Amino acid sequence: MRSYRARLTPHASALLFMDFSQTHFELFGLPATYALDRERLDAAYRELQNTVHPDRFAAQPDAEQRLAMQWATRVNEAYQTLKHPVSRGVYLLSLQGIDALHAGNTRMAPAFLMQQMEWREAIDDARAQRRTDALDALTDDLRATHRRIEAQLAELLDHARDYVAATEAVRQLRFMDKLIAEVGEVYEELES
Amino acid sequence: MALLQIAEPGMSSAPHQHRLAVGIDLGTTNSLVATVRSGIAVVLDDEAGRSLLPSVVRYHADGGIDVGHAAQSAQNRDPHNTIASAKRFMGRGLADVEDVASLPYRFVDAPGMLQLKTAAGVKSPVEVSAEILKALRQRAEAVLGGELVGAVITVPAYFDDAQRQATKDAAQVAGINVLRLLNEPTAAAIAYGLDNAAEGIYAVYDFGGGTFDISILRLSRGVFEVLATHGDTALGGDDFDQRVFCWILEQGRFAPLSANDARLLLTKARDAKEALTEHAEVRVTAVLSTGEMMDATLTQDEFNRMTAGLVNKTLVPTRKALRDAGLSADEVKGVVMVGGSTRMPCIRQAVADFFRQTPLTNLDPDKVVALGAATQADVLAGNRAGDDWLLLDVIPLSLGLETMGGLTEKVIPRNTTIPTARAQEFTTFKDGQTAMSVHVLQGERELATDCRSLARFELRGIPPMVAGAARIRVTFQVDADGLLSVSAREQSTGVEASVQVKPSYGLADEDITRMLKDAFTHARDDMYARALTEQIVEAQGLIAATRAALAEDGSLLNAAETAAVEAAIASLEVLLGGNDHHALKRGVETLNAATTEFAQRRMDRNVRRAMTGQKLENFG
Repeated sequence: MRSYRARLTPHASALLFMDFSQTHFELFGLPATYALDRERLDAAYRELQNTVHPDRFAAQPDAEQRLAMQWATRVNEAYQTLKHPVSRGVYLLSLQGIDALHAGNTRMAPAFLMQQMEWREAIDDARAQRRTDALDALTDDLRATHRRIEAQLAELLDHARDYVAATEAVRQLRFMDKLIAEVGEVYEELES
Repeated sequence: MALLQIAEPGMSSAPHQHRLAVGIDLGTTNSLVATVRSGIAVVLDDEAGRSLLPSVVRYHADGGIDVGHAAQSAQNRDPHNTIASAKRFMGRGLADVEDVASLPYRFVDAPGMLQLKTAAGVKSPVEVSAEILKALRQRAEAVLGGELVGAVITVPAYFDDAQRQATKDAAQVAGINVLRLLNEPTAAAIAYGLDNAAEGIYAVYDFGGGTFDISILRLSRGVFEVLATHGDTALGGDDFDQRVFCWILEQGRFAPLSANDARLLLTKARDAKEALTEHAEVRVTAVLSTGEMMDATLTQDEFNRMTAGLVNKTLVPTRKALRDAGLSADEVKGVVMVGGSTRMPCIRQAVADFFRQTPLTNLDPDKVVALGAATQADVLAGNRAGDDWLLLDVIPLSLGLETMGGLTEKVIPRNTTIPTARAQEFTTFKDGQTAMSVHVLQGERELATDCRSLARFELRGIPPMVAGAARIRVTFQVDADGLLSVSAREQSTGVEASVQVKPSYGLADEDITRMLKDAFTHARDDMYARALTEQIVEAQGLIAATRAALAEDGSLLNAAETAAVEAAIASLEVLLGGNDHHALKRGVETLNAATTEFAQRRMDRNVRRAMTGQKLENFG
């Protein structure tokens, strides 16, 4: 007697062994921490895509190609989520049942808000004076703050397990991303 | 005794057989086909030894079609019916084409995609491209001696969903199984990456006849990852020709030009540009149909001055792509040059200055894309172990939905690695609302009207609820070819209403079916016409021969026999007036039969005549 699996191609059996209920961290065989070994993530991502990508099934039946597309989609989503500092934080908090980006969640330290306003004024000044050197300095400043908040988040999520403070830090990080994107737009405006 | 091979169902019965797969570079100006032979990618030439097939198709009034060189040589004579650069019109409406006025074609505006009026009827750019693809398929099958398993067809990285879909449609009409649509710069990196076994960040600067693309890729351990891509779909070598063309007009001070003279001068402009690749200056001379003449010299310095703006225009998307990838120019380890326009010294210099390094030019910039596509086709067809490398591509433009107030809500941002899927929830804004209109958009702009509209559909059957209570989940799925499908579902009540949209922009599946049918019918017509012509020639020849024989040797037949042959000739002549090649064939057979006895007697008489007067010993 032949099992169903025996009639599938060797490629497809690799797909069948995969488990959709795994967390993103389990998928890549990584510990569920904010601190991330980026090289390990990249290597695990490539190895998985090497197995499930639709290009590995181009000569196989449609059903297998569809399954491969779903898996490759899943692996891409997991990779993108873990790769980016904000989405990784949001995802870790969601595993704790916390919706960090919930609309009602607006608490933010006054000092951080003040700093925000100063940065925005600096962006406006650089635009008005068409000074890309000022933008360069601002970018360095913003990136440094971004890295500092990331380090805080790793401490809060991985060691202190203070999810309330971590939620605020994730939202601060998102503010920083928006600011950095705004600076990018001003660069484009000044260069064109 | 040979061992019997037992194949699993669904698997090839001969797993080690080499499957014929090709890479096709469907270019704006020229197209190529390549394949991997004995592990090496090679471009396939036509029977005259030429590798480039001009992407030009000429339609004749009698339904005949020329593709490539034959069509190109007729461009000046028959500009309306000779379609060049059809790629620029793929998935494009009339409003999208900036220089409609300066093109010699008779455009027909149609929803989604423009069409072209030719002597053989109205043609879609998809049909024009399909003719080019068909010619390449035939070339490949003739050279390789078998049917193709499939092809990898390249598209500019910046092509949106409509343009990609149109390309895939053209392949379908040409009877080609598309293994993958591959971004041109990625194909180029594959060609270089494998040859040079390079690791690190690479930029691919692809400057062709009609489009410019810049891609930033990371190559590591055999994985090609596209980090960012940008470009300009309306910038190419043609624009440089146009600048030289304007210079020629200034020098010549001509009266308003006829379409043919304009073509002639444009050709002169291109020749001058190409000559400047090798020479410091070029003499440009022309004589128009009006008798007007020009004779002037263009120097490389002058050429560089008048095209500096165009060169700089390529650096804007280049900076953007680097910024998207989060990299600076000095982190780029190598720059791959693709496309005929990168032969221009001013381009090479600008790229070298920007990246502070000499760009890679050791592969032929016209062939590098086809070579890379062939390599990928070989992997996808399963001809190599395939575990050695993988390609991870991204979508070039953001995908989103129109929201209240005509704004764009991005659902999948550009440069997201594919395949990918995203869902976004929406709600009703009126009490008791039971339907919702979903408008799918592609582009980076804030206003929906500034983005490309990909599809519109209605989600009906939402149970009546108070405003804001319904939860409508819209899911975008982009497959590995970069093609999108969208579905929507109301889920707050458990009542499901879902719809699947495949935005095959401009061409519905029925259109494709019609084109395929047209192509088949056409093929049958062609065969029929050839058979008829052959029979007519044969019948006319037979009648003439019989008449000549009757005049010469009529005495060999009695009156009744002569009448029978005359009757057979007469009935064949009647059939010649019709167009039924089967009936004609039967008429020819009848006449042949009626003259068999006559032919025998003539043969005998001729033999006797030949022997008469000969001495017996001559036969010894």
